[in-house]
Amino acid sequence: MKKLLGIFGIFLFVFVLTALLSDRFLESYNLENLIRRTALLGILAVGVAFVIITGGIDLSIGSVVCLVGCGVPWLLVKQSCPLPWALALAVIVSLAVGLLHGLLIAKLKLQPFVVTLCGLLMYRGITRGFTGDQTQGFGTEYKGLRQLATAEVPLPFVEGFGIPAPCLFLIVVAVLASIFLNQTIYGRYLLAMGQNEEAARYSGIRTDRMVILAYVICSLTAGLGGILFALDVNSAQPGSFGNFYELHAIAAAVLGGCSLRGGSGTIMGVIFGAGLIQVLRNMITLVDFIPSHIEYAVIGAVILCGVMTDETVKRIVRRRLFSK
Amino acid sequence: MSDDDPRRPWLEVRGICKRFPGVTALDGVGMHVNRGEVVAVIGENGAGKSSLMKILAGVQPADSGQIFLEGRRCQLASVEQALRLGIALIHQELNLADNLEVGANIFLGREPRRFGLLIDKPRILRDSARYLARVGLKLPPTRLVGSLPIGRKQMVEIAKALSVDARILIMDEPTSSLSQREADQLFEVIRDLSAKGVSIVYISHRLGEVKELAHRVVVLRDGKKVGELRRDEINHENMVQLMVGRQVSQFYLHRPHEPGEVVLTADNLRTLAYPHRSCSFALRRGEIVGMFGLVGAGRTELLQTLFGVTPALGGSVWIDGRKTAVRSPIDAVLAGLALVPEDRKQQGLILDLTVRNNLSLTSLRRDQKMGFLNRARERELARDMVRLLKVKATGEGQVTRLLSGGNQQKIALGKWLSLHPRILLLDEPTRGIDVGAKTEIYSLMESLAEKGITVLFVSSEMEEILGMSDRVLVMHEGRIFGELPRAELSEQRVMRLATGQLPEAA
Repeated sequence: MKKLLGIFGIFLFVFVLTALLSDRFLESYNLENLIRRTALLGILAVGVAFVIITGGIDLSIGSVVCLVGCGVPWLLVKQSCPLPWALALAVIVSLAVGLLHGLLIAKLKLQPFVVTLCGLLMYRGITRGFTGDQTQGFGTEYKGLRQLATAEVPLPFVEGFGIPAPCLFLIVVAVLASIFLNQTIYGRYLLAMGQNEEAARYSGIRTDRMVILAYVICSLTAGLGGILFALDVNSAQPGSFGNFYELHAIAAAVLGGCSLRGGSGTIMGVIFGAGLIQVLRNMITLVDFIPSHIEYAVIGAVILCGVMTDETVKRIVRRRLFSK
Repeated sequence: MSDDDPRRPWLEVRGICKRFPGVTALDGVGMHVNRGEVVAVIGENGAGKSSLMKILAGVQPADSGQIFLEGRRCQLASVEQALRLGIALIHQELNLADNLEVGANIFLGREPRRFGLLIDKPRILRDSARYLARVGLKLPPTRLVGSLPIGRKQMVEIAKALSVDARILIMDEPTSSLSQREADQLFEVIRDLSAKGVSIVYISHRLGEVKELAHRVVVLRDGKKVGELRRDEINHENMVQLMVGRQVSQFYLHRPHEPGEVVLTADNLRTLAYPHRSCSFALRRGEIVGMFGLVGAGRTELLQTLFGVTPALGGSVWIDGRKTAVRSPIDAVLAGLALVPEDRKQQGLILDLTVRNNLSLTSLRRDQKMGFLNRARERELARDMVRLLKVKATGEGQVTRLLSGGNQQKIALGKWLSLHPRILLLDEPTRGIDVGAKTEIYSLMESLAEKGITVLFVSSEMEEILGMSDRVLVMHEGRIFGELPRAELSEQRVMRLATGQLPEAA
């Protein structure tokens, strides 16, 4: 809970600051968009949190988003593939990607950074290959399907504002992830392994399976995110679609309290982390005196400050603990 | 040196106090070290030995008290200052860079230079050869430190201390990871240095060593000096009595056990440590089997292979008469084995988890409700285990890192007990823990054996091997070199086997 307070505090601060600096920020249209984007990023961030908790990293998320996000409309529109088949294929491909990463990392003992960096390059290359580097979209068809990402669920008694549909996906993903992490023995294994993989193995935990599981979860959420992103924008360019999403997702997870050294993290924290990043991006677009070109500089600086504060607080807490 | 009064202490401290919030680590401790003297400082864990050594070496300042060097009052505010005054601390965990050469390590941080920029390598070679000779190390200074066995690394560390002209060497558990032969070499160097006027302050849990080496013993208990023993008073009984403050009539509570049927057989088992040697032995129900050997004999690797941590290269393991393939620890656990590893901080425990979560880590699978945690059971189990093992902690929610070594070891052991293993493998179960906790672990081993559990324990402490075992397996260079039943146990016999000599003809 204490951990959550930190990220919630920063989130609230940036949120209020943006509201004060821009009168357009609190308009319902803008808030709906903000929530939609937060939800989409949040889904990716929850997935990568599992990998980070085991002490690993997944750099391929953006490319998986691209692979699935371009692949599904390509199958539907260009190949006239039936919808269930296309969706099933998306799930299978995401699963296979995660399984491949996990096997290479857990069994061949390759470094997560290297494996997923190669994934980052490969999946984007493959996508550009089979699409002929052409922009993919649903055109004017699949209106119903697109509702999954673009619809707003009206709230009772609130006029002109609805909960964007991706937010419902995020809630489902987050609740499942939370239950998995906190209430099942496997979640406990993941956290234990992240702290000390060797001791976990000596305790009879099949650590290699847990590593594989983490990468599979991460790729599956990336695939889900990819479909939703594609449905949302309806125009996915294989060359740029999903670029840097892995970095935003990792940043959100880290802001949310996942230590890159493994072993800690809460799902709520990760979601607030995603929210913070999207509010920041929104602020840069809305506030006139911040040139939008420096977006990355602002995001980078805020993440750095957040992590520094976190580390300092941890150190003070630990010192106090030890001196008792 | 003729102006030195040989009776004036080289180093003397008086009334040293050190408080940490909530704990008094040192309470008015005074001691002195004469020129060329070997002073052993002993005491249970938490008695204040480490704090005192850290103050002497300038690692941390004392709250109050005085320090005199050759009768002159001085300050020891930093390690650099202590080194300048000739006091060097040799850490339990050696501070050497494995990727650098011996000579480069000796001069690390104060390399002689040429033109103020380039390292003067010829001089390093020349000078380090001189210091290596002083500790009796015959090896070229160009050897990589990483390629040396641990005993030699320690000698390099001592050579490094001598190179800064240290006149007082403080050694913290120097033999904890040495083989008997390496330890003997170290003792020789210590004696030699002492004869040349270097003083040694020696901290050790191993009373046998202290008896052999020390000119004088200082005993600490609960942050106070409780006694001092002169050379002719140094014996096991006196030391233990001062350390624990009570008469230890029966340190080892060994009662002979009636061994039952064979529960585990290793048949020509080969491990990564010695791929061309194989081990065969059998364990029976309810016996305590000691496994002795010098460091590097392959004992730890044998236990790890039995437990599935490292793969067996060949041979087979039979448990309850069934051939059992143990490919990973979980296979071993399901077959009724448990291993308490030697390195409890890295392998035995997850230090940043709570006591409760460490204790339950092994039994989560058994107690699960369709994959979900059974928190009530977890709490209950941890409470029972903390009570059973008399773990000193503020509660089951305390972070394990904050416990003392002995209490951590109890957790590392306790996490297995709730699974009711039938064969318990213990690797150096009492290393680095205090006398009180040792006794508790011994009596726990006893009571487990009485319940029919088979205990196989590896130890480098001869007294423990002789005191606790129903039977001793002695390893030498990768194989079981001999076996001794309790009736035939003696230090000489065990040692002969461990050093690869056949038992004397009867």
